[in-house]
Order: sequence, then C-alpha cells, then structure tokens
Amino acid sequence: MRTTAELTRLELKLFIRDPMTVLFSLALPVIVLLILGGVFGNEPGELDTGGPVYRGVGAMDYYVPAYVALVVVSVCLISVPAHLAGNRERGVLRRYHASSITAWQVAMAELGVAIVISAVSVVVLLVTATIVYDFVGPWSIPIVLLGFVTSTLAFSTLGVLLGAVLPTARSAQALGMLLWFVMLFLGGAGPPPEVLTDAMRAISTATPMWHAVRVMQHGWLELDPDGSWLILLAIVAIGAPLAVRAFRWE
Amino acid sequence: MATRVGPRVALDVRHLRKCYGSVVAVEDVSFGVRQGEIFGILGPNGSGKTTTVECLQGLRRADAGEIDVLGLDPRTEAGRLRQRIGAQLQESALPDRIKVWEALHFFSSLAPGGPDWRDVMERWDLGGLRNRAFSTLSGGQQQRLLVALAVVNGPELVFLDEMTTGLDPSSRRVVWQLVRDLRDQGTTVVMVTHFMDEAEHLCDRIAVIHGGRVAALGTTAELIAEFAGRSEVTFSTDLADIDFVRHVDGVATVEQDGTRVIVRGTGPVLARVAAALVAHGDAPIDLEIRRGSLEDAFLAITGDGSAT
Repeated sequence: MRTTAELTRLELKLFIRDPMTVLFSLALPVIVLLILGGVFGNEPGELDTGGPVYRGVGAMDYYVPAYVALVVVSVCLISVPAHLAGNRERGVLRRYHASSITAWQVAMAELGVAIVISAVSVVVLLVTATIVYDFVGPWSIPIVLLGFVTSTLAFSTLGVLLGAVLPTARSAQALGMLLWFVMLFLGGAGPPPEVLTDAMRAISTATPMWHAVRVMQHGWLELDPDGSWLILLAIVAIGAPLAVRAFRWE
Repeated sequence: MATRVGPRVALDVRHLRKCYGSVVAVEDVSFGVRQGEIFGILGPNGSGKTTTVECLQGLRRADAGEIDVLGLDPRTEAGRLRQRIGAQLQESALPDRIKVWEALHFFSSLAPGGPDWRDVMERWDLGGLRNRAFSTLSGGQQQRLLVALAVVNGPELVFLDEMTTGLDPSSRRVVWQLVRDLRDQGTTVVMVTHFMDEAEHLCDRIAVIHGGRVAALGTTAELIAEFAGRSEVTFSTDLADIDFVRHVDGVATVEQDGTRVIVRGTGPVLARVAAALVAHGDAPIDLEIRRGSLEDAFLAITGDGSAT
C-alpha cells in the first residue's frame, strides 16, 4: 500500500512536469466541447422520421456528462498506454521490477494518476461549460461520482492492458489514438446515437465508451443505464487480472 | 584481510541453466559466493553473465539448477529476496524528469529500515546534483546514481552489472573505492564486468564464464598462475653464444633477434637467467620481466588467444 502510494505520488509529479501532456489532457475535452457545442446548441432535436434525438434531452445536457466520460477515456487510452510502454522501452520498469515493485502496484499507480488527472480535467471542462452554455446540473452527485470512478477503473484497466502488451510507446500511442477516435465518433460523445446507421449503432454499443457515457448520463440526467454499470465492472473484473498477467517488464 | 571473508555463504548456485527459446544462454553454471567478498563474473559478450545474475535476482526464471541466495530461492521467494538485495542493472533507466533526490528518496522509501538516503546521496557524491533531472545528467552521473540506488535500501548483497560503463577514469576509481567501502561494511558484492583492470583491482575472487559455463574460478593470482603462468624475460646482450640460457631451470623457449633476447619460462625465471648471465660474464642493464596478467589468463581461458 505504501509502495503504491509512493509510486502514485511520483508518477503524478512526473506527469505534471510534462507540459505538453498536461495541456493535451486538459485542452482536448474543452476543444471538443466548444466545437460540438457550437454546432449543436442546446435544443432537443427531432429526427426527420419524428423520433427524438439526444435521448430526448437538450444537446448540451446530453453532451456534458458524455464529455466527462470522454475525459476519462482520453486520459486512460492515450496517456496511460504510451506512458507505460515508454517506461518499459527505456528500462524504467526493469528498475522498478528489481526493487520488488509488482505489476499490481504499477497498475494501481496508473489508476491513481488517471483518477487525479481526469478529475482535474473534468473540473476544467465543467467550469468552461458553465461559463459558455446553459445545461442542467447533475441529478445525483453520488451516482455521478460513482460513475466517474467506475469509468476510470474500467478504462485505466484497458489502458494498462494496452500498455502491458504493446512493445513501444509509439505503437501504444498509435493504437490508443485509433481506439479513441473510433470511440469519440461512435461511443456516444460524437454524433447523437439516433442518427447513426444500424451498423454503426451495433459497433457503438460494443465500445466500452458507450457504457461509460450511459453511466454518466444515468447519474446526471436520470436516464436508463441499461446494463452499462455491469459491463464496466465486468471490464475491470476480467481485464485487471488479464493486464497484470500479461504485464511485461522488458 | 583474509578474516574479512567469512566462511558463511551468501549465495550458492549449482547447475544453473537458462534458455531463451532454442538458444541456450546459460548451459551449466555453478559457483558460491562467500559473505563479505567482492565476487567478479568475467566473460566475453554473450557468454551468459547477465542472464546468470538476472536468474540469481529472480528477474528471470532459471530453467534448471539449485539456487540459494541469502537462504532464499529466487524462483519462489523473489519478493522477499529483493528486499534484501540491491541491483544495478544493464539497460535500465529512470524517468527523464525525475530529480536525483527524488529517485533516492523513492527507492529508499520502498525498503524501510535502510540507511538514510541523504547519507547515500552524499557518500556517492550526488549532493551537488540533487535537484537535477535524470535526463540532464551526463552518462557517468546517471551511472553513479544507478549504482547508488542499488545500495540505497541497505542490501546484504548487491549485484552490479557493468557498473563503470560510461564512467571516466577518475570516476571509475571513485566508484571502485566506494565498492570496497561497501564490502568493508559487510556487504557482499557480485559484479559483472568485462574490464580486466576492474576485476583485478576489486575482486576477491573471479569466475570466468565462457559459453554458458564456468571456465575458471579463483583469485586473480590463482587464475594467472594457472592460465598465464609463464613469464617473459627480455634483455640485450653482446654475447655471441647464449645457448646456456636454454639450460637454465624453468626456461621453456629462447628467442634471439640480433642482440635482443626473449626468454619464456615458469618459476623464478628472472633470477635464474640473471644468475646465469652474470656467471657468463654479462650483466645486461635492461633485464626486464613481464609476468602474465589477468588479461593473458582471460584470453587463455576463453580461447581467444594463446597462452603466453
């Protein structure tokens, strides 16, 4: 526990010292918010066929909780794998391994960093959104917080899994980016789900991000989460032991 | 100083074997390290030195063999073992932006009960660099920090793998002295090196690993006596006939090139050749001896050169 705490503290300090990574993590969701918000406004939409868009709520009301999920996904899929793989490539993990640090401790430290960085980034996002747009506040703050933590757990599990098996920082970054883009457009934080084709929606519901968005919208908008909580927890339950097993030190 | 090397054994390995796929990295390695000694592992590139020490530290899993390190088996008790050993690894590094003091503080915090990291920082002459980021250090400074990290947990046994790579000659001497100090405080040191002078200056005993096996083991003097025992005596003489030198006890060969003579032999060959020359009325002013060095022994053992 002490080792995990020390490692998390160290990794956080090192993260903050990398200005480009910090800028990227904080600015990316804000940029997406401002662009998509500018495009869609905050009117509840209607399809040509008559059905509601944005699950029946205003566009901004729909997007703000979705962007909270997007922040988590960005940090966990772009920063975490590249960071882990980079540390392996350079021999930092070898050094950790020789000092009896375990794969669980490395994974927990990554989770700790992801939670802190995501939380800061979410605050920046919400402050910006509050200044620029009108949107409804959260329906249940405890459920929102629980959703945030569960999403971060699930996505840092995926991030560590990617970082555990990909050999170089470049490959980790490339694959992380690719997944991130697919999820950005199909995971529920891009075009509203109602306008997607049936094929796209099939992919959509298969992305982990879709479920993070549902979970956040559950706490924020009191919308039905279906089975999304369980799916995120299943990702943790299956993915975490897998990531630790697959973890390579060099 | 012989009493310093106690009879107790810090490490004992028998018939260690390790393959990577179909490549045999370590064929059959056995040796023991006594508590409180500096034990050197010497060998050509690719001979299995690093793999051997990595198996001993539990960083790699040996395929076969019996390993006892401080009474623990690295294959099943690696976690407990790593608390008690220190390691400086080849091809390891620290994050670019970590500061010198942070690295010492962090690795020291992983093993409570070790020495104060500030003392280690001063002893290894890193105090002046304490706020420098790892990536801004020179290669030698980075190496010095990595060696210091190997001892920051106050280990009973420390593994150093090519610790002076990248150090300039004066830093090497400083590091050598620090390693001697470690031993004098009771720490057992196992070091991998390919520098002959380093092995000769530092190691109480040396194992030469060649082709995945221990090809020779002993003190520097023992290795030289066994594998590079011949001395080479040279002198100049005006004597026309030096055939008598061939009959001197211990002389094996005599080579003459003009007035220059090279005599090779074993035992107190210098004294005997000198006596014979004086008896024949010559006293060469440039009579010199070159004894076998560890390098000669190493080349003889590894078959990369012929024995002198």
